[in-house]
Amino acid sequence: MFPELNNLLNTTPDRAEQGKLTLLCDANTDGSFLVHHFLSFYLKANCKVCFVALIQSFSHYNIVGQKLGVSLTVARECGQLVFLEGLKSSVDVFFRAQAEPHPLQFLRSVSLQPSPEVHAWEANAENLQPLYEFVREALKPVDDGEAAWRCPVLLVDDLSVLLSLGMGAVAVLDFIHYCRATVCWERKGNIVALVHDSGDTEDEENNILLNGLSHQSHLILRAEGLATGFCRDVHGQLRILWRTPSQPTTQRDWSLTYQYKIQDKSVSFFAKGMSPAVL
Amino acid sequence: MAAVATCGTGAGSTGSMVAAGSKNNVTSFQRRGPRASGSDSSYSRLVSIAGTRPSVRNGQLLVSTGLPALDQLLGGGLAVGTVLLIEEDKYNIYSSLLFKYFLAEGIINGHTLLVASAKEDPADILQELPAPLLDDNVKKDFDEDACNHKTAESNIKMKIAWRYQLLPKMEAGPVSSSRFGHYYDVSKKMPQELIEASKWHGFFFPEKSSSTLNIEPCSLTHGYIKLLQFIQNIIYEEGFDGSNPQVKKQKNILRIGIQNLGSPLWGDDLCCTENGNSRSLTKFLYVLRGLLRTSLSACMITMPTHLIQNKAIISRVTNLSDTVVGLESFIGSERETNPLYKDYHGLIHIRQIPRLNNLIYDVSDVKDLAFKLKRKLFTIERRVE
Repeated sequence: MFPELNNLLNTTPDRAEQGKLTLLCDANTDGSFLVHHFLSFYLKANCKVCFVALIQSFSHYNIVGQKLGVSLTVARECGQLVFLEGLKSSVDVFFRAQAEPHPLQFLRSVSLQPSPEVHAWEANAENLQPLYEFVREALKPVDDGEAAWRCPVLLVDDLSVLLSLGMGAVAVLDFIHYCRATVCWERKGNIVALVHDSGDTEDEENNILLNGLSHQSHLILRAEGLATGFCRDVHGQLRILWRTPSQPTTQRDWSLTYQYKIQDKSVSFFAKGMSPAVL
Repeated sequence: MAAVATCGTGAGSTGSMVAAGSKNNVTSFQRRGPRASGSDSSYSRLVSIAGTRPSVRNGQLLVSTGLPALDQLLGGGLAVGTVLLIEEDKYNIYSSLLFKYFLAEGIINGHTLLVASAKEDPADILQELPAPLLDDNVKKDFDEDACNHKTAESNIKMKIAWRYQLLPKMEAGPVSSSRFGHYYDVSKKMPQELIEASKWHGFFFPEKSSSTLNIEPCSLTHGYIKLLQFIQNIIYEEGFDGSNPQVKKQKNILRIGIQNLGSPLWGDDLCCTENGNSRSLTKFLYVLRGLLRTSLSACMITMPTHLIQNKAIISRVTNLSDTVVGLESFIGSERETNPLYKDYHGLIHIRQIPRLNNLIYDVSDVKDLAFKLKRKLFTIERRVE
């Protein structure tokens, strides 16, 4: 959790909003610091978090989380965090035959031995339903009546990888739609998802995904590399866009732009051109 | 390993090309912390793996790429558990050289090698490896004791001349290299006894592909499936991930080298058409990275990205790899006769460096890098106008 980013977004862990879809997007730079921010933010806000981590291992997030003041191992043990580690599970799914359905079983749409039974898997290959079931199960409200955690949060890092793994853009959009219906609307929780913006390389599927999600989200944080190239003191530019997708646009969308520099344990933000190195 | 590095060279112990590196060689024993590293195994007891050192930045275990200049640009070396993707130059001259440096470094350090190729037999690739630089003309400035001591008959463990520890008949103890990153002489071949003493596995796709002609209805190309199974088999059988109960957990690194991945020789039509099977390569990279993250291995892949028709795939492949380096050689291009570039053989682009266990990463300030291949040295330097 970066205190400066909290100030820019005008939130604190105590006053986290509910029922929102936040889209994180990066273009020409690495936007993973935003994922670390939201992970530690929601853990500190005492929310139940389901983290679908497809791109890095658990220990990576754990070590960075410790720098930001949360311990993922403790959170996982006490049930606050449900962590799906994509890289490790992919090896299990791909090489060892699984009896019970696995959230990443779309990776198994590969015939390791040519046989007629293989084609039975093809039916499940084209949608992310098992993954949605996993999320729904993970964020199920506790039945004993007392709310141990504030609100459920789904965090996905990142959705573009699902395109690389064989899913169509529409399948991923459907998945987010189902998750929104369950998590945001039914259980008044939040969703945060990271999508890469491929920029000028014409990745049509990625553009479909990005545009579709931008249209649905309440808050878009877009980390961009500087247009003028690499700079040691300014690592990039962050555009924050507040939207109200479901209401008639009586109030206009509102956006802010800041430049940032990532340090070892925090990120500092400043107005464009006002980097401390320049002043 | 640290003990061998400190003795003998004394004040000249900053002999490794990265300034901070040797300091870590000296103090690496004290740096052990209880924190888990990027690879899931807690390596606090694996301090003594030859050819590795912890990173300055985050304690991540690093191996050398075989090219000390490249190690320096990548923040000290290649992290164990990650993928280094080399985007090949147009005629695959310098990228295959980097590939050979990587494998040669593995042999010198005693790592296990896994060589996969669809074009050349791995046994032939290993015969072509460059010889390590034994005379220390390059290091003369740093070492006090030049390796002119030809007291080869002495069976006392020579403390300074690491060259004697390389040759099996000389050394009294286990073969271990005291340096991180070695230089290679491209004009000479690696001595046969070193190759034979090393442990390696080869995957030559034309031999391994079965003769069945069934069209795979799935999204992964046949060659990639076979390769993944082969890699997973080696990792499991030899205990690099510690999951096999019958094999003791390995205390060595597995260096995986895959040549020309994505070329049509692997059965992938990515380089032939624009609407080819675009998911196959990316899925392969994802599962490969999953295998690497859970085992003590490091991988170098060379890929002919200049042949890939669909540019979106390149950005997806970049996102799925950890470190990406692009090579651009001047051969055959109009830059060859350009006086600006006359001192160099090509440009090297560091396209991506991973941020492992960290928010920040080591990135050099210089983005304008050119390389030059001399017989004994592959230098990478800032392009001087």
